[in-house]
Amino acid sequence: MNKIVRKEFFSENVVQIEVEAPEIARTRKAGNFVIIRLDDKGERVPLTISAADIEKGTITLVVQRIGVSTWKLSQLNVGDYIHDIVGPLGHPTHIYNAGTVLACGGGVGVAPLLPIVQAFKEKGNRVVTILAARTKDLIILEDEIRKYSDEVIIMTDDGSYGKKGVVTVGMEEVIAREKVDLCVSIGPAIMMKFCALTTQKYNIPTVVSLNTIMVDGTGMCGACRVKVDGKTRFVCVDGPEFDAHKVDFNEMLTRMGGYKEQEKAAFEAYKKTL
Amino acid sequence: MTDYKAEREEQWRVDLRKSIPAKDRTNQPRVEMPMQDEIARRSNNLEVNLGLTEEMAVAESHRCLDCANPQCVLGCPVSVNIPKFIKKIESKDFLGAAAVIKETSTLPAVCGRVCPQEKQCESQCFYTQKLKKPAVAIGYLERFVADYERESGKMAVPECEKPNGIKVAAIGSGPASLAWAADMARKGYDVTVYEALHEIGGVLKYGIPEFRLPKKIVDAEISNLEKMGVKFVTNTIIGRTISLETLRERGFKAFFIAAGAGLPRFMNIPGENANGIFSSNEYLTRVNLMHAADPEYDTPVIKGKNVIVVGGGNTAMDSVRTAKRLGAERAMIVYRRSETEMPARLEEVHHAKQEGVEFLTLNNPIEYIANEKGQVQQAKIQKMELGEADASGRRSPVPVEGSEYLIDCDTVVVAVGVSPNPIITSAIEGLDVDPKRRTIIVNPENNQSNIADIFAGGDIVRGGATVILAMGDGRKAAAGADEWIKSQK
Repeated sequence: MNKIVRKEFFSENVVQIEVEAPEIARTRKAGNFVIIRLDDKGERVPLTISAADIEKGTITLVVQRIGVSTWKLSQLNVGDYIHDIVGPLGHPTHIYNAGTVLACGGGVGVAPLLPIVQAFKEKGNRVVTILAARTKDLIILEDEIRKYSDEVIIMTDDGSYGKKGVVTVGMEEVIAREKVDLCVSIGPAIMMKFCALTTQKYNIPTVVSLNTIMVDGTGMCGACRVKVDGKTRFVCVDGPEFDAHKVDFNEMLTRMGGYKEQEKAAFEAYKKTL
Repeated sequence: MTDYKAEREEQWRVDLRKSIPAKDRTNQPRVEMPMQDEIARRSNNLEVNLGLTEEMAVAESHRCLDCANPQCVLGCPVSVNIPKFIKKIESKDFLGAAAVIKETSTLPAVCGRVCPQEKQCESQCFYTQKLKKPAVAIGYLERFVADYERESGKMAVPECEKPNGIKVAAIGSGPASLAWAADMARKGYDVTVYEALHEIGGVLKYGIPEFRLPKKIVDAEISNLEKMGVKFVTNTIIGRTISLETLRERGFKAFFIAAGAGLPRFMNIPGENANGIFSSNEYLTRVNLMHAADPEYDTPVIKGKNVIVVGGGNTAMDSVRTAKRLGAERAMIVYRRSETEMPARLEEVHHAKQEGVEFLTLNNPIEYIANEKGQVQQAKIQKMELGEADASGRRSPVPVEGSEYLIDCDTVVVAVGVSPNPIITSAIEGLDVDPKRRTIIVNPENNQSNIADIFAGGDIVRGGATVILAMGDGRKAAAGADEWIKSQK
């Protein structure tokens, strides 16, 4: 049982939750994720870690509520408990001295990007970060990202904040003006796909962190499998980060819709109980 | 070592043998296991086998001839004293029978249900070997005794030696670890079992379905271990949440790694990543561990109408029978060898057939075809024929060229085997691992790895075996760990 110690809504459907998980706080690294189960009838949901506090023994999760489990999680309050949290899962990000790192975060993908940006900065890299979202309210963790970035570019689809346009517009701008040695992109699968296509044109090594469907998160079920360089890999134990230019995003997008009907029906039923 | 001959000459055994003429014993037919109706059970998840009554068990015990040289014991991987426990049943001392089994086996209620008896004890029975008659129903009797003990409310908590204060840890909570933990607790150790999932029991919980092994039976065994002082910690992955080094710093003196063969194998054929195609691990975990078929629970499962299960082992049978219970109209086993080579327990194959499962043996999928939404629609199947015997001693299947045909399917479950879980082995530097099979290499005498304080057993050593073999490993590793710890003083 893990106690929630802090909760804050970033926007209508995006919530940040800090929860007690002392062992995970101690051992997690940038790039790791956890699996949570809200109650004894809950499903296992993979979530990325945006921060950890070893002294307080807590980890921070940022969640966009889009289905039954994420809604239920958003309804919990400080003092409530999450039944199970297991982790840290997945391989941590390979942090090294690359030179200039272009970090791209879309929507709640900025949350897992934050510890990676921090780690690359602390390693001595120049870090340019692009935060992208549909609209101003959905830009999250801007102050924290600024703390560890040499430059931050904000992109919104509707132009309500920063520059108008999608993430790749910002990427093209940076690539046109300076040498980028590594790109890290985390966000919706479709965004990561287009980030990959953009950097591929310029042969910039690019890493993406995939958030596929999972059950156990320890290599047991294979629900998260995705083709990378023509080979089937498990996101949970082989990833979650892969060479973006080798990921079969179309297959991944299809697989992420594998339970769409069930998820939709369950969510409709759940909304009636609210 | 048990002196079977001396035991057999004890007066009560001699008297029992004399009480019924051998001929009357051998003329008696083997007991039939009472079962749930074969139509009704297709739509429920309750246990199929209902268990023997006291009268049935006693009657079946009469069949056992109390052989002078009991071969059945040699057929048992943990050498349960079979004639003795059966003769205890014959004298209606059922709790005494349970005590006999528990001298060597930790999980009789489980083994009575899931052991492949026809390949082990029952295959060596005098009836099978010499009389060419059905063996004494040793498995049914074991199950009867264990269930009797549990339901009597007098489940014995084994006596433990005085606590020695030495901390030891098991990694994984499946049958190997449960056996190891029980033996170590008996020897007075302070035992902690770490489990990655949110429930204790490993494959007994996520893998084997309720209709074959009710979860309350596993829970009763776990609660017995708790009474012996064993501590269980869920949601903890050793090598990730806590490193083995940290556990050493926290005072643990020896470890038993039994993290199982968690990684499902796929066939790497075209179309295998289409939606609607699952590993048996995923399919069974959703239904068993996550209760996906129960609308009260949040985890979804796809309830296919035409379900293909690829494979011929127990996991394949569990998957195909689960599909039937989820409402499949056609539930099919597609297996590349013939029925004779199927590794599944005989009883599971019988049960599956009774439940309307179709068996497409000597058939093998070579491709899956999906619709425009990426959902599997058809499987391309190739017919096979049996060629020469392979390394496993079974005749290996050879494709019949030009025999391909299509089967409509909306769900495919791939049950072609598992590989050892990579997390723990890759997290321990210097641990000897088989480069090809990724299994932990141990000394077969005591299940010790190349790192002195690390012992290992079960599927992470064997690469995919049975509950009873895992349990046997746990017991051997407990003896090994105890001896090693004592040698360190």
